[in-house]
Amino acid sequence: MTDFLTDGDYAFSHCHLLTCEKLTAPEINSLLDAADLAAELSRRGEGHPHYLAGKTLINLFFEASTRTQSSFELAAKRLGADVLNMNVSTSSVQKGETLIDTAMTLNAMRPDIIVVRHHAAGAVQLLAEKVDCSVVNAGDGAHQHPTQALLDALTIRREKGRVGGLTVAICGDIKHSRVARSNIDVLNSLGANVRIVAPSTLMPSAPDRLGVTAFTDMWEGVKDADVVMMLRLQVERMGGTFVPSQREYFHFFGLDQDKLSHAKPDALIMHPGPMNRGVEIASTVADHPRSVIQEQVEMGLAIRMAVLASVARTPRGGARTLANTQRY
Amino acid sequence: MPFFARPPELAQPPKPTVLINARLIDPDSGRDEPGGLLIEDGKILDLGPSFRRNAPAGYQVIDCQGHIVAPGLIDMQVFTGEPGSEHRETLHTASRAAAAGGVTTMIVMPDTKPVIDQVALVDFTLRRARDNAIVHIHPMGAMTMGLAGDEMTEIGLLKRAGAIAFSNGKQSIMNTRVMHQVLQYSRDFDALIAHFAEDAFLAGSGSMNAGELAARSGLSGIPKEAETIILERDLRLVELTGARYHAPTLSCPESVAAIRRARAAGLKVTCGVSINHLTLNENDVVPYRTFYKVRPPLRGEDDRAAMVRAVQNGDVDVIVSSHDPQDADTKRRPFAEAADGAVGLETMLAAAMRLHLSGDADLKVLLRAMTSGPADLLGLDGGRLQKGAAADLVIFDAQAPWVVNRDDLNSRSKNSPFDESKMQGRVIRTLVAGHTVYSYAPLDNNS
Repeated sequence: MTDFLTDGDYAFSHCHLLTCEKLTAPEINSLLDAADLAAELSRRGEGHPHYLAGKTLINLFFEASTRTQSSFELAAKRLGADVLNMNVSTSSVQKGETLIDTAMTLNAMRPDIIVVRHHAAGAVQLLAEKVDCSVVNAGDGAHQHPTQALLDALTIRREKGRVGGLTVAICGDIKHSRVARSNIDVLNSLGANVRIVAPSTLMPSAPDRLGVTAFTDMWEGVKDADVVMMLRLQVERMGGTFVPSQREYFHFFGLDQDKLSHAKPDALIMHPGPMNRGVEIASTVADHPRSVIQEQVEMGLAIRMAVLASVARTPRGGARTLANTQRY
Repeated sequence: MPFFARPPELAQPPKPTVLINARLIDPDSGRDEPGGLLIEDGKILDLGPSFRRNAPAGYQVIDCQGHIVAPGLIDMQVFTGEPGSEHRETLHTASRAAAAGGVTTMIVMPDTKPVIDQVALVDFTLRRARDNAIVHIHPMGAMTMGLAGDEMTEIGLLKRAGAIAFSNGKQSIMNTRVMHQVLQYSRDFDALIAHFAEDAFLAGSGSMNAGELAARSGLSGIPKEAETIILERDLRLVELTGARYHAPTLSCPESVAAIRRARAAGLKVTCGVSINHLTLNENDVVPYRTFYKVRPPLRGEDDRAAMVRAVQNGDVDVIVSSHDPQDADTKRRPFAEAADGAVGLETMLAAAMRLHLSGDADLKVLLRAMTSGPADLLGLDGGRLQKGAAADLVIFDAQAPWVVNRDDLNSRSKNSPFDESKMQGRVIRTLVAGHTVYSYAPLDNNS
């Protein structure tokens, strides 16, 4: 069995993965390298090293998710972990238990890794401050979704051979998107030119301070792009609050053949899923030969194996001290 | 252990007392000189340099050891939990926190359960304060029933019962017609309307200042315009009605500019700022530190600096602590779901000293905004070192260094944004109507 974590110059040495904001290029590349190897093992149908043998992983999802949760579950099982899926909608959280109490309860079960998704920004960090095990952020509100950005970077790197120097246009609901925030951080760390494309109502405030170029005209925004990354638009934001209608949104911000023709001829088409066909992306484009949407799912599994194996190397109990924590 | 008076002791007449060896600072008259001060029947009988070393016979002597004697602070915005949330703060615990912070009068907000929107509840607050508190307490009456913003309260009767001014608490009145009527009606009773200005629709689900940091944190932001839009609306209505209007907690220079324009037009308009917005900024909030989640949200450093300048140049009349006790249940949550508010009674003076020590504001100007400024607005007797004024006094050591420790706070809730902060300037003793209600050092029998 082939190891995919090399001990020598492996740069990622954190016990948590909470945010991409402070990840360095060597840290990101070490995760991508490991995931690349893991992906090859999967493709060859070989088994993976049981880095997580005898360890317990809890999937704690406060927001419904099929894809991310099953991806984490499968990644953990391939590495030999015992996996517990917490179905939060039927748990005591519904009875008014606070996030901290839930965290303390799970902590008492002595897991090795908790994977958390929560609807509030910062909730995963709050939880990480209170438990003794590794915590992996699977999405916190509109803040961060680190494994998504890493899998996107891996997909780009495998297709294009590099990330640095490429022009990546992230299009859609940037304001509410944790995927966009994480991608901006990772792509900037790797030296890509990042553009964001959205109507002003779906732009974050102060986009110029985020290290990106902002466009409200999609034809301009995707011009000569190497990668066009679409984001999902939540249905509840279509009905006249942020955009007037689905029809108008698709006309100006949906990726169709016409807008795609302004990107480079070999531009990649990406989407984190699940797609709203006919809202942010035309069906023909989603199934286009240059669409790497299925590969993104495959790389998601590989990245999650690399991340779980990496954070598990840090001994339990080493995670407690974080600067700036409050004494409550 | 510090000394605190017990409420029943305050019902006794105070002993005639003389403060000697003091540095007398009266922000209103500008007095700043070595001297002493005589107290009889709870009032300042006399004061001046001649009493610096001379203690007349028959007086209890307090040697101030050269420390500052100033009027006790008047805090115009204090939230307590009584009635309804006594686990967070009672009038008793808030008054101890006040005494420890040199605050001798506090105005308590109507945001309680039930809301202070009835004569009986004003009376309740005053009686509970009389029996349990060691500083003066005046309730702020609600402007609308249940603070719901729909139906005006009995402003005349509430005022007669002892409501010192009127507020809609943490809620802005979004219905312009209701606001118009409240302002119109309040003028007949010369009632002061202190209205928190924030457009509820524009603020939406926001939880911090709009801008780069909110965008990076994935938090919905509250733009300054949420404040200025409602403030400008209110000022138009003040122009229409001639009411007395106070904007209690402004957060940005754009709002101060609006107040200046209104004053230039001759309107009876005043404004305040919380000590948090003078000493903290939005950078303190990152990463998701809920103790810094306050309303209005902490703004950028430029705004903070501009608000300090507005205090220094006299555009801002009042500094408040905006003391707002919250417990772990309401604060130990994801940022967007955590309650707003920070305790501040005990740290307001020390935090204000930071602005003095940094050279950004004069001590007298800062003190004025916490003494005679609010006294004039509210028609209170305190706030001045003057013959015949109430002997509500604070003695403080402007040099003493200390570190805030939440466990030492007298407030029942410990949500201080200054926890573990280094401070310079400490309250040595606080007197209310001639009684020592707080002393940092234990009292021996002679003093």
